[in-house]
Amino acid sequence: MLEIKNLHVEIDGKKILNGLDLSVGKGEVHAIMGPNGSGKSTLAYVLAGKDDYEVIEGEVLLDGENVLAMEPDERAAKGVFLAFQYPIEIPGVATMTFLRTALNAQRKQRGEAELTTPDFMRLVRDAAGKLNIDQEMLRRGVNVGFSGGEKKRNEILQMAILQPRLAVLDETDSGLDIDALKIVSDGVNRLRGPDRSMVVITHYQRLLNYIVPDVVHVLSKGRIVRTGGKELALELEAQGYKQYQEEPA
Amino acid sequence: MNAEVRQMKTAAELGLAAEWEQVKDRLPGPAGLRENAFQRFAAVGLPHRRVEEWKYTDLRALMRDAKPLAAPPDAAALDRARSAGSVLDDVTCRRIVFVDGVFSAELSDLAGLEQGLTIRSMAQALADGDALIDAHLGRVVPAERDPAVALNTAFMGDGAVIHVAAGSSVDRPLNLVFLAAGTTSAAMFTRSLIVVEQGARAMVIETHEAAGASDYQVNAALELVVAEGAHVDHVKVIGEEAHALHVSTLMAKVGAHARYNDFSFIVGGGVVRNQLYLHFHGNETVAGIRGVNLLRGKQHADTTMVVDHNSVGCQSRELFKSVLDGESRGVFQGKIIVRPHAQQTDAKMATHALLLSEQAEADAKPELEIFADDVQCGHGATAGDLDEDLLFYLRSRGIPEKDAEALLVQAFIGEAVEGIEHARLRDVLMEVAVKWLGERD
Repeated sequence: MLEIKNLHVEIDGKKILNGLDLSVGKGEVHAIMGPNGSGKSTLAYVLAGKDDYEVIEGEVLLDGENVLAMEPDERAAKGVFLAFQYPIEIPGVATMTFLRTALNAQRKQRGEAELTTPDFMRLVRDAAGKLNIDQEMLRRGVNVGFSGGEKKRNEILQMAILQPRLAVLDETDSGLDIDALKIVSDGVNRLRGPDRSMVVITHYQRLLNYIVPDVVHVLSKGRIVRTGGKELALELEAQGYKQYQEEPA
Repeated sequence: MNAEVRQMKTAAELGLAAEWEQVKDRLPGPAGLRENAFQRFAAVGLPHRRVEEWKYTDLRALMRDAKPLAAPPDAAALDRARSAGSVLDDVTCRRIVFVDGVFSAELSDLAGLEQGLTIRSMAQALADGDALIDAHLGRVVPAERDPAVALNTAFMGDGAVIHVAAGSSVDRPLNLVFLAAGTTSAAMFTRSLIVVEQGARAMVIETHEAAGASDYQVNAALELVVAEGAHVDHVKVIGEEAHALHVSTLMAKVGAHARYNDFSFIVGGGVVRNQLYLHFHGNETVAGIRGVNLLRGKQHADTTMVVDHNSVGCQSRELFKSVLDGESRGVFQGKIIVRPHAQQTDAKMATHALLLSEQAEADAKPELEIFADDVQCGHGATAGDLDEDLLFYLRSRGIPEKDAEALLVQAFIGEAVEGIEHARLRDVLMEVAVKWLGERD
């Protein structure tokens, strides 16, 4: 599904990713853990296609297709979804309008027909209901006046509507209390499936109690330095990232 | 040594003077008022960049020549006017149509006027004499020092004279349709007077569009009296042809406990100057003054507003949004005056410009002149381009770049458009904006 080979990325001339290799199979959930500054969020943004990041070397393939050559909206239509660490507020664009524009734009790019209004409304109502998002919130501007937890739930709502093939969750647990964490994790778990791969980026092991990964990677200084099963997360929780930070570059 | 140094007269100034000599004897109505106005204009000439109020719109430089007064429309012009589409086609209105500055009874809808509503043509009222004109014309707001207003008073031809009697309610919005339909170059000076008496309700929508004309100049003035407790909406849509010169002035006096809601929408014209003079003349009025400019190419649009708070406890909200593409230039000058006795005034003015290209320019000059001490006044001005992070967020959800930009522009202007109370009109103006955005390359 996702193949990242020898990825080198700079921002403002500063090297952040340093020969990163990652392979995520179809239907698998991989956790990427690492200390602050190890390049976790950079990886997320590079996959989604943010402008400021310069890829120096390497490739990213999604089912064999070169993701790096695509515009952000093309990537989304191909099934790449990034759940932002800090979802942005968009005053004046109602959440409903936003969801509908996004879904129909993706369908159009894929040559599919637009969803009818009743079908779309039903889809949103069902997905929002499962995430405890009320209709009033959907009429407001995207994320405007939402609490931290509501913003994260809104990200998962978008994921549920857009049904990506590859979901990248960037620190989805940050800023969540335990109840919100559970709602968000349940939302993510419902979206797990044989055709959907996930990359779950997190600093803490806590999230992985709820979203149990198939594989755990440790990212340090821009590359994967260790890979293991879900028990690796527990080990990191106990011992911290110290040993990885002291490793020579 | 304080002798006034007069600059050399420009071709446009000479043209205006020649035109004045030629037409002054056949213009209807008060010759003295006209003569005085023209002399006031002639003393100062066309305003230029060293005149503070015209700092960003150097009319002396921008107005290359003076066009002759438009001839009354012939059958072909009326045909063009009849078949011309309007941005307001989908809004149910009572249309009062002026073709090349002349009232057309045939194209207007004056049947079944609501009780208390009277409408007549300004040319006729000037020629026959009219009590409403005697009471108000040129007196609503002291703006006759303004050279554009002085020119309008000198040359005014036709326009609407509308009276809404106390306590009556005009159900259908009154749409004053000003169409330029002539095929030769021409100038049109229209003047309207609208008096909405105590406790009455009316909505007035001015539309300024072309129906076949391309080389023309418009100077349109509207005097508006909003009496005590009245509720008036005024909307002006400037959708002139790309090379037209359009100067229009609103002079409004708002009485006590009135509600006044104003909206300007500038989407056309080569050089546009939109002037608003608003005087609060009674206590505790509530006013919203808003506007949206959508400019591209080499368009230049200047909105200049003076809001004069002369009474206690009035509230005004001013919000102007400009979207500037190409090499266009958007100017906003807003002055809020709070007179010494206008205590408890609550006025907030904001102007925001969104620059869609590197070559576009926004100029903003907000001013507060406050002479009272118990007031809440504020102003803000911003100019910037679209937020990259917002664009990325939208694009990461599959929305193509142009669509993402359009969505953000709609959201940007939406905040001002929301101030319009008429729901259908809001939708129609947003549709115009969507179409405008769709035409971007």
